[in-house]
Amino acid sequence: MDTEKQLHAISVYTENNIGLLNRISAIFQRRHINIESLNTSPSEIDGVSKFTIVVNMNEVGIKKIIGQIEKQVEVIKAYYHGLDEIIYQIAGLFKIKSELLFEERQIQNIIKESNARIVTVNKEFFVLEKSGKKEEIVDLYEQLAPFGIMQYTRSGLISVTKDEMRITDLLAKFNN
Amino acid sequence: METQTIKSTENTTKITERISGSEAIVKCLIEEEVKIIYGYPGGAIMPVYDELYKYQNEIHHVLTRHEQGATHSAQGFARISGKVGVAIATSGPGATNLITGIADAQIDSTPMVCITGQVPSHLLGSDAFQETDIVGISTPVTKWNCQVTKAADIPAAIAKAFYIAKSGRPGPVLVDITKDAQFEEFDFSYEKCTKIRSYNPIPKTDIEAVKEAAKLINSAKKPFIIWGQGVILSEAEKELIALVEKAGIPAAWTILGASAIPTSHPLNVGMLGMHGNYAPNKLTNECDVLIAIGMRFDDRVTGDLNKYAKQAKVIHFEIDPAEVSKNVKADIAVLGDAKTSLTAILPLIQENSHTAWHQEFKDLYEIEYNKVIKNDIHPTKEGLTMGEVINEINIQSKGEAAIVTDVGQHQMIACRYADFNKTKSNITSGGLGTMGFGLPAAIGAKMAAPEREVVSISGDGGYQMTLQELGTIFQQKAAVKVVVLNNEFLGMVRQWQQLFFDKRYASTEMINPNFVAIAEAYYLKARKVVERADLKEAVKEMMESKEPYFLEVRVEKEGNVFPMVPSGASVADIRLE
Repeated sequence: MDTEKQLHAISVYTENNIGLLNRISAIFQRRHINIESLNTSPSEIDGVSKFTIVVNMNEVGIKKIIGQIEKQVEVIKAYYHGLDEIIYQIAGLFKIKSELLFEERQIQNIIKESNARIVTVNKEFFVLEKSGKKEEIVDLYEQLAPFGIMQYTRSGLISVTKDEMRITDLLAKFNN
Repeated sequence: METQTIKSTENTTKITERISGSEAIVKCLIEEEVKIIYGYPGGAIMPVYDELYKYQNEIHHVLTRHEQGATHSAQGFARISGKVGVAIATSGPGATNLITGIADAQIDSTPMVCITGQVPSHLLGSDAFQETDIVGISTPVTKWNCQVTKAADIPAAIAKAFYIAKSGRPGPVLVDITKDAQFEEFDFSYEKCTKIRSYNPIPKTDIEAVKEAAKLINSAKKPFIIWGQGVILSEAEKELIALVEKAGIPAAWTILGASAIPTSHPLNVGMLGMHGNYAPNKLTNECDVLIAIGMRFDDRVTGDLNKYAKQAKVIHFEIDPAEVSKNVKADIAVLGDAKTSLTAILPLIQENSHTAWHQEFKDLYEIEYNKVIKNDIHPTKEGLTMGEVINEINIQSKGEAAIVTDVGQHQMIACRYADFNKTKSNITSGGLGTMGFGLPAAIGAKMAAPEREVVSISGDGGYQMTLQELGTIFQQKAAVKVVVLNNEFLGMVRQWQQLFFDKRYASTEMINPNFVAIAEAYYLKARKVVERADLKEAVKEMMESKEPYFLEVRVEKEGNVFPMVPSGASVADIRLE
């Protein structure tokens, strides 16, 4: 249903410019839309940046937002996708006391079963990294929480689409 | 000064000369054929003013009395001429004072380039004297903005600014230039910007959409055209008139679309919206095909969207894709420039007259005339009305004047009753509703079109927000005719207080100064009218004056503007009293 709220990932291809982040985030702020997560990075095209913005909105609203984003002079193209239309990952980092790794056998099982990766270990702490869907990371958090987590953080969502994104063609057309 | 020639990569010869960033700014403006700019000097922009002094034969700088006045003057300049208006200010408060005008230009799609000085780049972010993050502040109200910290980046930034301001759906841009970039010397050359790869200002008109639209228009029994400023911005007035006449379709306008078709045209059925005419509002909910051209379905035009033209198929001719189906869902969207799209559709339109349908508009006009208009422009009871003043200006100017209004009751009355023979004759703050807009905008309009009669009409409230610009009128000898319709109230707010807040007139009564004395203090010819008997003669004297002229008219204190679509009501529920 296009009037029902659901999580959407908005992908925005832009020129790499100071101030554009401000311009884009202002579009959401002005309409009182909460950004669930936001990531910016270089894209597959040289000199073109990609924003991935996750919002909980209905389709009618999101179409209007896409229009407002594309209206910005330095935005090349914006798309939106439901989470089922993209392949996406979120990363979580967990800092845990090293002694627990040896004292709590259960933690070793959790690490193994969750396919989490140990990034670093030293005398005081070790760091676990887990990439996946949000639920997987939250699930791991909930399993580890009872043992005590020193620090926990989760990244924004990054994604690629299942369908083709013809940004290169689009840019070629602009350049003609 | 050293002049040298360098070979560019395209194997063409580019002339460059070694000059300062500040001189480059002025030279960029000259390259963009700017003849008049409005502004106010200050610390961080002083190097540019020093160059403006040297180049005063090429560019006329108008010292306004407040930076807000500079933006409104630049807007008035742009609106009457179709060219880009330019405003310039220093950093900090100079820059923030531009914001109201920039926001106004953004919502009313007015092409304007603002140049602000900024503290030296090594002080950015240090809370330096008169430092303000004007790029951050202006971001939500500009079409584009940027900060320049190196002289070498100035030409490209200004070229981009002019291109973006004017192309597609126009708007304001701001270029913030640090003081060290103004002092720095570099090899200057200028190239106009004609393309930005991420920016598609005019979507290509889709001929299939045009065909579909034509089919729907040809099959319509009760088609209705509503047009906006897009028609004026794309200079599609002739094409619109041709469409209206060929298809015999009644056409109504938004406040910013006023004057695109002469008031006297038989198919011009008047103004849309909250204080628009009775027929076009009522019949919006009776038409079978609603043809919107270069307008954006503002809430003041549509009233309650859930009860707006639900029976009609909607065709939307629009340059800005973000406007399509934003407020009113379009059954057919014809994206593109209005002139191009209307030119494309004209040959596909069948001749028609829709006489019976047009008669419905005439019948409702009769009702409005008898209930409202007659009493507004030919009153018999005591107390001058705003409408009769506008009517007298119509008579004396023969509908040739450009009418510049402020915001409030007088604005609605002026737009309702002014006769417009020529396009680009209605200059007003529509979207933002900026009180104080009128007087400085009139200065800009008069300077852009000195051959035209420019009449500024304000209320006593808005007038006092920017009345210091009388100083600019005097210094520039800009022969603006300044009319203040004085009811000693913030009239529109008072009207709402009367209708919706049980006459609790909270802070709307004004104890006013002697306006004539103030105008005379600025050496303007000035006159005050309190009796109906003196009105004609006073307006005549004003219109015949070759110099700036101030006319105060004391109008009835508690006059109301009708018809009215109450806030949140349907256009069909428009009230006549």
